[in-house]
Amino acid sequence: MSKILIRGAKILGGEPQDVLIDGETVAEVGTGIEAGDATVVEAAGQILLPGLVDLHTHLREPGREDSETVLTGTRAAASGGFTAVHAMANTFPVADTAGVVEQVWRLGKESGYCDVQPVGAVTVGLEGKQLAELGAMHDSAAGVKVFSDDGKCVDDAVIMRRALEYVKAFDGVVAQHAQEPRLTEGAQMNEGVVSAELGLGGWPAVAEESIIARDVLLAAHVDSRVHICHLSTAGSVEIVRWAKSKGWNVTAEVTPHHLLLTDELVRSYNPVYKVNPPLRTEADVMALREALADGTIDCVATDHAPHPHEDKDCEWAAAAMGMVGLETALSVVQQTMVDTGLIDWAGVADRMSFRPAAIGRLEGHGRPVSAGEPANLTLVDPAYRGAVDPAGFASRSRNTPYEGRELPGRVTHTFLRGRATVVDGKLA
Amino acid sequence: MLRLPGGNPRTPRHLISAADLTRDDAVLILDTAEEMARVADRPIKKLPTLRGRTVVNLFFEDSTRTRISFEAAAKRLSADVINFSAKGSSVSKGESLKDTAMTLEAMGADAVVIRHGASGAPYRLATSGWIDGAVVNAGDGTHEHPTQALLDAFTMRRRLVGADAGIGKDLEGRRITIVGDILHSRVARSNVHLLTTLGAHVTLVAPPTLVPVGVEQWPCDVSYGLDEVLPKSDAVMMLRVQRERMNAAYFPTEREYSRRYGLDGLRMARMPEHAIVMHPGPMVRGMEITAEVADSDRCTAVEQVANGVSTRMAVLYLLLGGSETALPSAARTEENK
Ligand SMILES: [Zn+2]
Repeated sequence: MSKILIRGAKILGGEPQDVLIDGETVAEVGTGIEAGDATVVEAAGQILLPGLVDLHTHLREPGREDSETVLTGTRAAASGGFTAVHAMANTFPVADTAGVVEQVWRLGKESGYCDVQPVGAVTVGLEGKQLAELGAMHDSAAGVKVFSDDGKCVDDAVIMRRALEYVKAFDGVVAQHAQEPRLTEGAQMNEGVVSAELGLGGWPAVAEESIIARDVLLAAHVDSRVHICHLSTAGSVEIVRWAKSKGWNVTAEVTPHHLLLTDELVRSYNPVYKVNPPLRTEADVMALREALADGTIDCVATDHAPHPHEDKDCEWAAAAMGMVGLETALSVVQQTMVDTGLIDWAGVADRMSFRPAAIGRLEGHGRPVSAGEPANLTLVDPAYRGAVDPAGFASRSRNTPYEGRELPGRVTHTFLRGRATVVDGKLA
Repeated sequence: MLRLPGGNPRTPRHLISAADLTRDDAVLILDTAEEMARVADRPIKKLPTLRGRTVVNLFFEDSTRTRISFEAAAKRLSADVINFSAKGSSVSKGESLKDTAMTLEAMGADAVVIRHGASGAPYRLATSGWIDGAVVNAGDGTHEHPTQALLDAFTMRRRLVGADAGIGKDLEGRRITIVGDILHSRVARSNVHLLTTLGAHVTLVAPPTLVPVGVEQWPCDVSYGLDEVLPKSDAVMMLRVQRERMNAAYFPTEREYSRRYGLDGLRMARMPEHAIVMHPGPMVRGMEITAEVADSDRCTAVEQVANGVSTRMAVLYLLLGGSETALPSAARTEENK
């Protein structure tokens, strides 16, 4: 097997060290390691992180291959520094059977760019009425541990309770898309000052917070694990903080876009800013950053949601919700969390690799950078500055809210079990 | 001097929102509308100003009143008018707006007057690069209806200040009360912006369910009781309230709504003697307004319709930059020499 020597990288932002990869594993970490016959990657000034793990990715295959496929999505993931992604279940057909999750899992294996861990639907067809065969999906080759009806909320309290109880049998977790459906009928954007002025239907914070409050209580009652997807409001932070103070098994994620963008952008009526949950206010953004820094929010998840051009090239109300995020996630986290001094690079490793891998019970990822560990690694040049150019995306879709925006940092290399998937910022 | 309305740097040649108009923009439009109204009193009501120009009425929602008003305005300025009704045809989903826009562009539309059910559709049309022509918002979703606000302000200025005395003036110090379904009203939003810009003091009156969350940032007062506001009003604008709203629990019953927020003769008597009653139409008699009030001299609903044509003439004239000499006032100056 081939050897690679990464020379002079700051592991998790620490002192410069060399890392020798031999085959699929990290063979040695130290200073002054001899290159020998290894390929050398000069990494002075760069940060070496464990390969990033995304708990929330929409790969769209099967069913919407016009917006993304497992192959293009995993190429986008590798470009963004990810070595594992969780593929959400809202495909066509829905990933609610062992057959579909195994199909997605197999496509991930074939892609070779990034590990794909399928998420199973909680209910049949995401309809919220009848539990899907959670056990069968867990027992399948895909080994599903995370279950979610994402895109829809499991709003029936009894179904949610049963799902939380049922997955305890195999240490699963239910990832809830918290959105009270009645309170969000016709919702187009965050309900507040801007929606009042623009005349767009409001998506009130309470529609998210009321579901989270219910679900942390349910998780406590049945002593199970609940994970909150894309938490977006200051009020949600308070509820999760309270639940954690009780010692309950609650985890939460935040998206990069909710760490940076606010509903003020909707004034442009440009549907590229249309997303679910919606962009909130400046106060919410600040509370989310604070919560990610203090650990109330466990991790960053992209909610990468590709849509074809025509689904965004229209008036706001007719447009699809969602943004692509895999290829810009790390840069947005650097800008909002690292460059602001809220967390350091070790914090980034924790929030974007260790924690999400732990929540998903994902093996071989989110491991420390040390000898004997799988060589899933990401090398970042934090000094890089550049405007986002969607034309250069590996994703099949271009619906980014950051077009033309200058963001810091760039993934120069990604290694998946010792194999370079990205070299010098380009897909290998 | 010819000035174009639309102070928003992103939509300079368009009229998308009343918020984009400065006080001077708005007064210029009202003054120009007054000149246009005088044309309507002449034996030949037509001006050659926009001869050879094409105005398209692009209506994704039914609104015969608004469409006819714009059509009359454009025709009195000698423009060619194309009516394009997209309602009911296969074009009901998003991409149709773009495709339709490109079709109009190919036809050489100089101005597109658009009515659309989606808030922001005119803004999209004006900023997306789909077309070159001027865009006039004729009502978008629950966002804005700026020409309605302009004709309302024009009506108020005529009634409260005077047709001649009002020239060059705004509505400084006037107290305007807007009553009804504020939440879903594009007329209310445009009026709050425009009337405030013109120096008026606006009070919104509605049950709390029909006031948007976030209204506290608007430059106006909000009251849940009609009776205490009426004596302090120079104009009271009644908005249409759709009966279906009660099915979504915005209010319990039609009767309860009209008891608490409807304008009847008794309530009208609480208004100052000079105060007027306005309604953008269509009225739901027996709901927000009684027949007695609707048919009284104080109600300007019919006048508003006539004023709508003059105001829209002014907007089209200023946006499409009709030649200076064709201004009625300029023509009159010629005669006086
Ligand atoms: Zn979701």
